[in-house]
Amino acid sequence: MRTNLMKGGFALLGGVLLLFIAWPLAKTVFSTSPKGLWETILDPQVRGAIGLTFYSSAIATVVALLTGVPLAYLLARHDFPGKGFVEGLIDLPIVVPHTAVGIALLLVFGRSGALGKAFATIGIRFVSSVPGIVIAMLFVSMPFLVNAARDGFAAVDPRLERAARTLGAGPWTAFRRVSLPLARRSILSGTILMWARGLSEFGAVVILAYHPMVAPVLLYQRFESYGLDYARPVAVWIILSSLAVFVALRTVAGRRKG
Amino acid sequence: MSGERLAVRGLGIKAGGFRLSGIDLSAGGGEYLVILGPTGAGKTILLEAIAGLRRPAEGQIILDGRDVTATPPERRKIGFLYQDYALFPHLTVADNIAFGLRARRIGRDEVRARTEEIARLLKVDGLLPRRPGSLSGGEKQRVGLGRALAIAPRLLLLDEPLSALDPETREELQRELSRVHRTLRTTVIHVTHDFEEAISLGDKVAVMDRGTIVQEGTAEEVFRRPASPFVARFVGARNVFSGTVTKKKGEAVFSIDGTEIAAVTGITGDAHLAIRPEEILISRAPLSSSARNCLRGRIVEIADRGTVVYVTVDVPPRFACAITRRSLVQMDLKVEMEVYISFKASAVHVF
Repeated sequence: MRTNLMKGGFALLGGVLLLFIAWPLAKTVFSTSPKGLWETILDPQVRGAIGLTFYSSAIATVVALLTGVPLAYLLARHDFPGKGFVEGLIDLPIVVPHTAVGIALLLVFGRSGALGKAFATIGIRFVSSVPGIVIAMLFVSMPFLVNAARDGFAAVDPRLERAARTLGAGPWTAFRRVSLPLARRSILSGTILMWARGLSEFGAVVILAYHPMVAPVLLYQRFESYGLDYARPVAVWIILSSLAVFVALRTVAGRRKG
Repeated sequence: MSGERLAVRGLGIKAGGFRLSGIDLSAGGGEYLVILGPTGAGKTILLEAIAGLRRPAEGQIILDGRDVTATPPERRKIGFLYQDYALFPHLTVADNIAFGLRARRIGRDEVRARTEEIARLLKVDGLLPRRPGSLSGGEKQRVGLGRALAIAPRLLLLDEPLSALDPETREELQRELSRVHRTLRTTVIHVTHDFEEAISLGDKVAVMDRGTIVQEGTAEEVFRRPASPFVARFVGARNVFSGTVTKKKGEAVFSIDGTEIAAVTGITGDAHLAIRPEEILISRAPLSSSARNCLRGRIVEIADRGTVVYVTVDVPPRFACAITRRSLVQMDLKVEMEVYISFKASAVHVF
């Protein structure tokens, strides 16, 4: 009796939170006329912005896979001086306000920043360009992938790697054939989470690259210039497209589990 | 035997809270060496160092006459079986066994042929498409052994291979280990805390205590002449003999150098026998009781250990008997005296 009462109470409290998330999203989607939605999606600027968002976040995720997965493996397997500091550094992008991230990146990757100048020599600019969008997304969403991959590697018994070594596998083969496949699920879910987080980035992106416009920036621009009614269909498309891709990826990842 | 396969000289290892030092060991080609020691003696760490998974702080590891102390594990060709087998959960039994062959870039057809051959040897050929998660403990052990043997190792290291199994499976796999060793003549180092395993399987036994080897010799030597009080305590003041079991009129009889002992066992052929010293009664006249074994012998030693007195009676063989100080005084036992020892057939442990 008591447990039922508690369960009911918890469900009620949790329900309030869920409603708070679902209501505004549903309201946005359902109160927009199909005609307005159709007209909006025919707008090349909207389609371009959504495509650019997906594409930039995907590139940021690939960069993080190539650099963050090795880092995650080191963190899961080795103790070294300053490890706590490194782990703190990885979590930092979650805490720092994203507009501040944009400013910080601008100082290093901007026209007079050290890396900005270095990359300019090979023709890559970060201000008002796709590379700028990518580094902003990379910075703020990288923790999701690194942390998930680290937990995944930590759950793999190191003795499996050692057994592989005695069987004739070098460190790289042992990693590729034992640790990596066993941590794959965690890495995959971290990848999805990071990519999805990158899609929604506004603060850091808007400071580095107002143009070309990613979807969240376009939405802000429409809202500022034309008001709620013009911004709403854009918001609907952003919500629906993120949702569709997110669900699709989760399904694929879920199916691979078995 | 084909000369010295492994020699460990003055090995010292620091690992976490453990410290192993001054370890000397050797194993001849085809030999079965058992390292016997209590839990926490550092046995696993020693095996990992021999396999190349831990860098020793000092000393040398010599394999087939070559110093491999700095050689990485993948180039040592030393098979290793962890206590819980460490099978790859994402691979099938076939892929587990084939792992070492593929890592060596052996051709596809040969990998398949060799995998099947090993699977048949270990009687897991029916399990090849399964994953380790669905196997029993005994099956996992066979697969782990197969995976390690598939690379035709120069040396096979077994870390407590039988201790995670239930008693029945353990007995069965102990016979399997013995059979596989006889078939392949692989040099084996097997660590355990179980003295019966050591005596049944080991050509040679090394006793380990607190990070060092305290005695090395044949199983007989170690049990008969413990080199230190620790070894004596650890192996126990037991009566352990080897001999043969035959069935006479449906009952098991264990023969040691002409002395026959009635036992309760299903084993026949070469075996070992153990009787706890407390199970043996001493009397000055033959006892006609329910005790099935009554043997005449001569007292060769009386060792007073406080409340318990150990009396050694030479039948032969020599039996250690534990009696109370009171019985000693009452019977007025002296060295050189002729006495009778008796014990039940059910007190005889054959293995």
